[in-house]
Amino acid sequence: MTDPTRPSPNALLKAARREARGRLKIFLGAAPGVGKTFEMLREGAELLRQGRDVVAGIVETHGRAETEALVAPFEVVPRRAIEHGAHRLDEFDIDAMLVRAPAVALIDELAHTNAPGSRHPKRWQDVEELRDAGIDVLTTLNIQHIESLNDVVAGFTRVRVRETVPDAILDDAEIEVVDLPPDELIERLKAGKVYVPHEATRALGHFFSKSNLSALRELALRRAAQAVDRSLLDHVDLVGDAGNWAVGERVVVAVGDQPGGDALIRAAKRFADAMHAPWTAVSVETPRTATLGDAARNRMASALKLAASLGAGLATVPARSVIDGLRAHVLETRATAVVIGKSRRSWWFELRHGSVVDQLVRGLDNVAVHVVPISLSPAPGGEGAVRRPSATRGIAAGLAMVAVTTAGAVALHPLIGSNAIDLLYLLPVIATATLFGLRSSLVASVAAALAYNFFFLPPIYTFTISDPQNVVTLLVLVIVAVVASQLTGRLKREATIGARTASENAALAAFGQRLASVSDESGTAAAVCEEIAQLLKVSTVLFAREGGSIAPIGASPPAPLLGAIDMAAAEWSFDRGEVSGRDSGTLTSSDWQFHPLETALGILGVLGVAAPGGEDPVPADKRILFTTLLGQAALANERLRLEANAREVGALKQRDDLRATLLSSIGHDLKTPLTAVVAAADALAAEHGESGTTAMLKSEARRLRRVFDDLVEMTRIEAGALVVKREATDLTDAVAAAAQDLRAELVGHPLVLDVPPSLPLVEADPRMLHHILINLLGNAAKFAGPGSEIVIQARRLPDRVVLSVLDQGPGLPVGRETLLFDRFTRVDGDDRNGGTGLGLAIVKGFADAMGLDVAASNREQGGAAFDVIWPEARIRRGGE
Amino acid sequence: MTGQILIVDDEPAIRRLVRGAAERAGYAVSEAETAADALRAAHREGCELVLLDLGLPDRDGLELVPLIKAMDRAVIVLTARDATGEKVAALDLGADDYVVKPFDTEELLARIRAALRHRNAPSSGTAALVIGDITVDLAARRVMRGGDEVRLTRKEYAVLAELARHPDRVVTHAALLRAVWGDAHVDDVEYLRVAMRGLRLKLEADPATPSLFRNEPGVGYRLVA
Repeated sequence: MTDPTRPSPNALLKAARREARGRLKIFLGAAPGVGKTFEMLREGAELLRQGRDVVAGIVETHGRAETEALVAPFEVVPRRAIEHGAHRLDEFDIDAMLVRAPAVALIDELAHTNAPGSRHPKRWQDVEELRDAGIDVLTTLNIQHIESLNDVVAGFTRVRVRETVPDAILDDAEIEVVDLPPDELIERLKAGKVYVPHEATRALGHFFSKSNLSALRELALRRAAQAVDRSLLDHVDLVGDAGNWAVGERVVVAVGDQPGGDALIRAAKRFADAMHAPWTAVSVETPRTATLGDAARNRMASALKLAASLGAGLATVPARSVIDGLRAHVLETRATAVVIGKSRRSWWFELRHGSVVDQLVRGLDNVAVHVVPISLSPAPGGEGAVRRPSATRGIAAGLAMVAVTTAGAVALHPLIGSNAIDLLYLLPVIATATLFGLRSSLVASVAAALAYNFFFLPPIYTFTISDPQNVVTLLVLVIVAVVASQLTGRLKREATIGARTASENAALAAFGQRLASVSDESGTAAAVCEEIAQLLKVSTVLFAREGGSIAPIGASPPAPLLGAIDMAAAEWSFDRGEVSGRDSGTLTSSDWQFHPLETALGILGVLGVAAPGGEDPVPADKRILFTTLLGQAALANERLRLEANAREVGALKQRDDLRATLLSSIGHDLKTPLTAVVAAADALAAEHGESGTTAMLKSEARRLRRVFDDLVEMTRIEAGALVVKREATDLTDAVAAAAQDLRAELVGHPLVLDVPPSLPLVEADPRMLHHILINLLGNAAKFAGPGSEIVIQARRLPDRVVLSVLDQGPGLPVGRETLLFDRFTRVDGDDRNGGTGLGLAIVKGFADAMGLDVAASNREQGGAAFDVIWPEARIRRGGE
Repeated sequence: MTGQILIVDDEPAIRRLVRGAAERAGYAVSEAETAADALRAAHREGCELVLLDLGLPDRDGLELVPLIKAMDRAVIVLTARDATGEKVAALDLGADDYVVKPFDTEELLARIRAALRHRNAPSSGTAALVIGDITVDLAARRVMRGGDEVRLTRKEYAVLAELARHPDRVVTHAALLRAVWGDAHVDDVEYLRVAMRGLRLKLEADPATPSLFRNEPGVGYRLVA
C-alpha cells in the first residue's frame, strides 16, 4: 500500500536533481567565425586535464582539420540518425548522453533546431534536460539568437534568424564573450576560415559588413555586461552593510528628461534616507531618448549627476518604453520602492499612453510606487523634435518618385486598367515614408492623390473628384504615409539606440570592473584618467587636495600642460563644487573643463577634461555617459576614503583602548597603596589619637585619588570613549550625594544648599554629574578662603535649569573666564593649593557629552560662580 | 561584640591594616589572599561576613559573590574602580554593600556593623523600624513622625517599605522599581525620583539636605537608620 502523502521516489529523485542542477557556461559570440567552438573545446580540454569527466555531445567541426584535432582528446557520444523524408539527419543523441552521464558535456550551437522526430524541438531544451540530470554543459551561442535581441539584430542586419534561445536560459548561465575585432573576422571570412550555413550565403555580404559586426560585438559585450552589473550590485550591497542599511530595502528613482528632475532626485534621496535604504537613479533609454534635444539631455545628465553626488548608484537601462525598462530594472535589482515624478500632462497624452503610474503598479507586486508631483514649466518648443535628413530633400525625392510612378502608370494603364493604378501609388508613399519620414511622405501622399486624380480619374486632367470612392483613396494614401513613416522611424531609432547603449554599457561595465579592482588612491586615479580619456577621446587630469592646495594625482596622457588659469579653474571647481573652465560659466579661457567629484563626504577630487581640437570635451550626446562615469569615479573615491577612515579609526581606537586599559590597571595598582595609606593613618589615629599628621595623610591620599580619577576621565574624554547613560535625575539627590562624598574636603566651609523641591527632573549621566559636582565643589573649597561659605543653588528659568556653585573666593581673572575650562589652566597667581588644572576641563568634557552647557563668571558680591546649564531639551517634563 | 570577619585581598598591607581596625572594633578576623582560599575560609564554621576585594589574582571577585552568599555569609565588596556598573552588578549578585577604595576606616566599620545587624536581625517584614522620630510600622502599613501619622501615597509607602526592609543598605534603582512598579518598569527611574521627592518632603527634617534617604548616584538609595 502506498501512502498518498508520501512523495513518489521519482519525484524525490527529480527534486534531488534540481538541487544538484548542472551549470551552464555559454561562449557568446557576436557572429559566426569568432572562435566560440574553439574556446569551448579549449576550456573542455582544461577541465579534462583537471581530471573531470568531459564528454563531447555535439561539436560542429565543419570538416576543418584544426577543429577536429581539438575534438580528438574527447570521448564523443555518437549521433543519432533520423530519417527525414529522403534526407538522413544526424542529431544529438540525448539518451546516449544521459546514459553516459558525464560530469561535463560539450554541446555546440545552443540555438540549433532539432530535426522533426527528436525528443525536443530545440537543442537548448536538450541542454536543460542534461542540466536537470546534474550534468554541467559548455555550449556556444551567437548574439542574434537571443530572443530579446532578435528584433534589434534583424533591424540593422536585415537578416532574421528563426532559431532563438529564451533569455531566461542566459540568466543563470556563466557567460564568456568570445571577442574578435571586426577587421580580423572579415579577414578570417575572406580566408575561408568561417563556415557559413548555406541559406545565409545570400545575406552574407551585408551581414558581415564592418558596421554590423561592430554593433553585434557591442550587443554581445552588453549582454555580458549585464552579468557584470549584477556583480557590481553585490559590491554595492557590501558597501551598504557598512552604511547600516536596512536589509532588503532598495529604492529606485526614475530619472526622466522633464524639468523638475532635481526636485525628484532630492525627494528620492530623502525617501531613501528615511528608509535607510541604498538607492539608484535609473535612466531608461527608449527610442524616444534618441530624439531628445540638447536641453532635455542636459536636464537628464544634471539630474543623474545630482543623484550621484547624493550617493545614488546610477544605471542606464535600454528598453522599448520607460515602463518596460523601469520594471525590468526593479525586478532585476529586487528594488522595494520606486520613486517617479508625475508631471501634469494633458488628458490626451494620458489617453494615448495610459498613466505611467497605473501601468507600473500593474506590473509590480510588493513594490511600493511613490509619486512625487512635479510642476511642469512649459517646455521650449521644438527641442523634442526628431533630427532627420533635411525635409526639402525628402519632399523633392518624394515628388520625384510620385512623378516616376505616374509616368510608369501612364505606360501601364492600357495593360492593367485604372483599378490597380491607385495601388501603384502606394509605392512612392511607402518608400518616402521609409526613407525620409512623416513630413515628406505626407507631401508625397497628397501629390500621389492629386496625380492619380488628375491623370486617371474621370474627368481626366482635372482635379475634380466626382466619385466619393476617390476621397477614400486619398485618405488611405495619407494613412499609409503616416503609419509607414512611424514604423520605420521607430525601428531605425531602436537599432541605433541598441548599438549606442551597448557600447556605453560595455564601457561602463569595464570601467566599474577596473575601479573595483584597484584599492589605492593612485591606482584609482590612473584608472579614472585612462578610462575616461579613452572613452571620450579626450585628455584627462585628476586633482586631489593635498594639504591646503590641490595637486594632480593622475593624468592621461601623462604630464599634462597646466597653466595658472587651469589651476585656478580646478581650484575653483574644488571650492565651489561646480563645473569650470572651457564651455562652462567660469574661467572659460582655460583649455580644460573641470568637473568636481561630488560624494556624500564632500568633494573628493576634480577631473579635468580637454578635447584635442579644443572643442567641447563633453558634447551633449556624451553627457549622460560622462556623468555616469564621473559618478562611478566619485563613488570609487568615496569607497577608498571610507576604507581609509575605517582603518584609521580602528587604529586610533585601538590606541585609546590601550591607554584606557593601561590607566585603569595603573589605577588599581595606585589605589591599593592609597587605601593602605588611609588605613594606616586611621590606625595611627586609633592607636595614638587623631593628630594633624594623620588628618593630613588622609586628605592627601584622598586628593591623590581625585587627581588620578581626573586623569583617567580626561583620557576617556579625549579618546571620545565616553558612554553617556541618560537618567532622570533629581538635583537635590545629586547635590546631596556630592556634598556627602566631599564632606571631608568641605570641613570648615558652611555649605548652603538652595535646591527648590519644585525643580523639574533633569537628564544626566549620574556618574558624570557626580564627578562634575565633586570637581566644582572641590574647586570652590580650594580657592575660597577658609571658613567662607559655599552655595549650591539651582534655578528653573524660562528655558533652562541652572545649577550654580558659588564661592566667596578671589574670583576669576577678568576676560579669562572661558579659558578656565581648557586643559591645564589654573587661576593665575594662585597655586598654593596645587592641582592639575584638569578639574574644570573634565567638567566641560562631561557637560559636552551630556549635552549641557557650562559657564564661569564673577559674582557681583565677590567670588566666582560656576554654572551647569540644562537646556529645555534635557529637562524632563514629568517631574514638574 | 561577636562575629567573625574574613578579609579577602591580595595586598598584605591592606589585610593587615583592615584586620587591625576590625580587631580593635572587637571582631574576630581571618584572612585569604586568593579566591580559592577565600571560598575555603568562608565555608568554615563561624564566618559571618566577607570583605571581598574584586581584583583578585586568580578569579574575578564578582564571581565569588553568589558563591559566598550561598553559604549564608554577608558580603561587602571592596572595589578600586569607580564604575557604577560594577557596584550595581555586585549588589544584583547579592552583595550586601560595597566600599570604594580608598575608604575611611570608620566608614568601613559602619558598613560592617550595618551588614551584621541586618544578618542577625533580618526584618521579617513585620517589625517596626524606628529612625529618630520616624517609625515605619511594616505590619500596620503605617508611618509615624513625632506621634503623627504621615500620609504617604501608595507608591511612596511601597518604596519606603522596600528601603526599610534593608536598613542602611543600598537598594538598587532596578530592585526598587521592580518591587514597587513591576518588571516592566525597571528602567523608569523617573517614577522613583518622583516618589523619593515626596518621601523627602514628608519625612526629611530638611528636604534640601536629605539625611534619611541617601542617594548613591547611578546605583540606588540607602535608608540611613
